[in-house]
Amino acid sequence: MMSMNTYEIIIVGGGPAGLAAAIEAHKGGSQKILVLERDRELGGILMQCIHNGFGLHIFREELTGPEYAERFIREMESLGIEYRLDTMVLELRDDRTVDIISSEHGFETLQAKAVVLAMGCRERARGAINIPGTRPAGIYSAGAAQRFVNMEGLMVGKRVVVLGSGDIGLIMARRMTLEGAKVLAVAEILPYSGGLTRNIVQCLDDYDIPLYLSHTITNIEGRDRVEGITIAKVDATRQPIPGTEIHYDCDTLLLSVGLIPENELSKSAGIRLDPVTGGPVVNECMETSVAGIFACGNVVQVHDLVDWVTEEARKAGHHAARFAQGQLKEGSPDLVTRAGHGIRYVVPHTIRVGNLEQEVDLMMRVTEPCKNKNLVVRHGETLVKKVRKVHLTPGEMESIKIPVEKLQGLSGELNVCLEEVAHEA
Amino acid sequence: MKRELICIVCPMGCHCSIEVDATAPKGYTFSGLTCKRGEDYAIKEITEPTRMLTSTIRIEGARLPRLPVRTSSAIPKERIYECMGMINALRVTGPVSMGQVLIKDLFGTGVNLIASRSL
Ligand SMILES: Cc1cc2nc3c(=O)[nH]c(=O)nc-3n(C[C@H](O)[C@H](O)[C@H](O)COP(=O)(O)OP(=O)(O)OC[C@H]3O[C@@H](n4cnc5c(N)ncnc54)[C@H](O)[C@@H]3O)c2cc1C
Ligand code: SF4
Repeated sequence: MMSMNTYEIIIVGGGPAGLAAAIEAHKGGSQKILVLERDRELGGILMQCIHNGFGLHIFREELTGPEYAERFIREMESLGIEYRLDTMVLELRDDRTVDIISSEHGFETLQAKAVVLAMGCRERARGAINIPGTRPAGIYSAGAAQRFVNMEGLMVGKRVVVLGSGDIGLIMARRMTLEGAKVLAVAEILPYSGGLTRNIVQCLDDYDIPLYLSHTITNIEGRDRVEGITIAKVDATRQPIPGTEIHYDCDTLLLSVGLIPENELSKSAGIRLDPVTGGPVVNECMETSVAGIFACGNVVQVHDLVDWVTEEARKAGHHAARFAQGQLKEGSPDLVTRAGHGIRYVVPHTIRVGNLEQEVDLMMRVTEPCKNKNLVVRHGETLVKKVRKVHLTPGEMESIKIPVEKLQGLSGELNVCLEEVAHEA
Repeated sequence: MKRELICIVCPMGCHCSIEVDATAPKGYTFSGLTCKRGEDYAIKEITEPTRMLTSTIRIEGARLPRLPVRTSSAIPKERIYECMGMINALRVTGPVSMGQVLIKDLFGTGVNLIASRSL
């Protein structure tokens, strides 16, 4: 018999990752599952992403964020899975106990057979990037502005400059324009945008908002509130080039300068993190370096498509249920994945071939945009898998599925890299 | 007249130009496109471009002050600001359920404005 404070599976975070993991663990036969969410409702970041573009792969329809979330919330509720809102997980330990706090129940410690981490990510703040000038009011991260405008109905400004051309910045440039603000420019320090082409066309070009690539902010003016911003072109070493400055009179700066997985809890449990992804090192089951603690979604790697978050979370939930039922084979990995030439990182980091059911899905990002390359997986000199790619960009995650037969009996490193396409004679 | 476009049908994002040419099979000549799907996109973009519109409306008697809404399918691009005007004038009282029709048949297009969540 399990006591009141003991669960088979505890899931930290009720965003799309936590929801899908809970549903899949239930389907895998787990009876006593608990989802813990610090916010006032389930759904995570999706509840503020009111634009369309979610669910094309999972539902074959184009949904908004709240619609995508609501489908999973309904399914979870219909399965009778327990969840608690306004409940913050304060600490996680490697014995799979968690300390939680809520106004309803106060402080409690819960024990689980398996834990799934699904805390998502947070935005890089201005402190993380160095911008000269004063620090007046009127500077928001794009995600915070999105929440104010879309959920609270508060407009954050009238004349806006956006720094960073990731998808959230592009989406907010359009959103602010539709709400009556003038978006003067989007400045991107890199020579390419990390956002989807579709968002550049439909969020910027449609509204005649200029995108300045290889540009950064060189000055912010204003004492109490932002009054002006200067941007300038940068050289190959990202230093501003004198004489290229453009000045804007504006009251608001939105920062869309990247997301980092939210891993304070993981650190407290002694979970090993990958310095490149910022998320836990995981194996083929999405299990972290601590046995029985699994992770999925933006806490592992920042995803651009929620559909892949759902897939990853299903995997984590499925294997967490297997772990809780004693069905996972423990022990050291057979294979370690390695990001080779042109590849920034690969998830999962390690593979125990004996736990694979059909295939392993390697997910990765490239270091730079490029065209016509082979995405190749090698074991030593031996070719394991090769996929021809016409178009690759760091903004879009790539994946390669390798059937278990191809990995049977292998040990050592699996190297993933980009290779030139040989010219057909 | 020549128009410059970026095709968004697939992630390639081909930069292309399209020009009216009565002698060409489709009535236009293209350059820069990699495949046929791009041609249909380019023709639609210069003849009758459409877009999905998502926004929020004021809601009373609910946990939050704003309800997210969207058009049930794409509307003519040049109607976007007009549609925003209608959205900004609209007020509803909760509860509202996901998919509920808030404005029927926008501009006679058969497209509805619907709620994107229950609230
Ligand atoms: C602003 C933005 C725009 C996006 N736009 C698109 C798009 O157009 N199309 C698309 O497909 N994808 C988009 N994405 C990506 C996709 O939405 C995300 O990848 C996905 O929502 C991540 O899901 P998640 O469950 O991992 O994280 P989240 O949705 O962030 O959920 C994490 C949850 O964990 C909770 N939590 C965190 N810490 C604790 C704790 N200690 N205790 C209790 N609860 C905790 C949080 O409150 C949150 O609810 C966007 C992402 C962002 C951030
Ligand atoms: S023209 Fe074809 S290949 Fe190019 S972006 Fe459009 S659909 Fe993709």
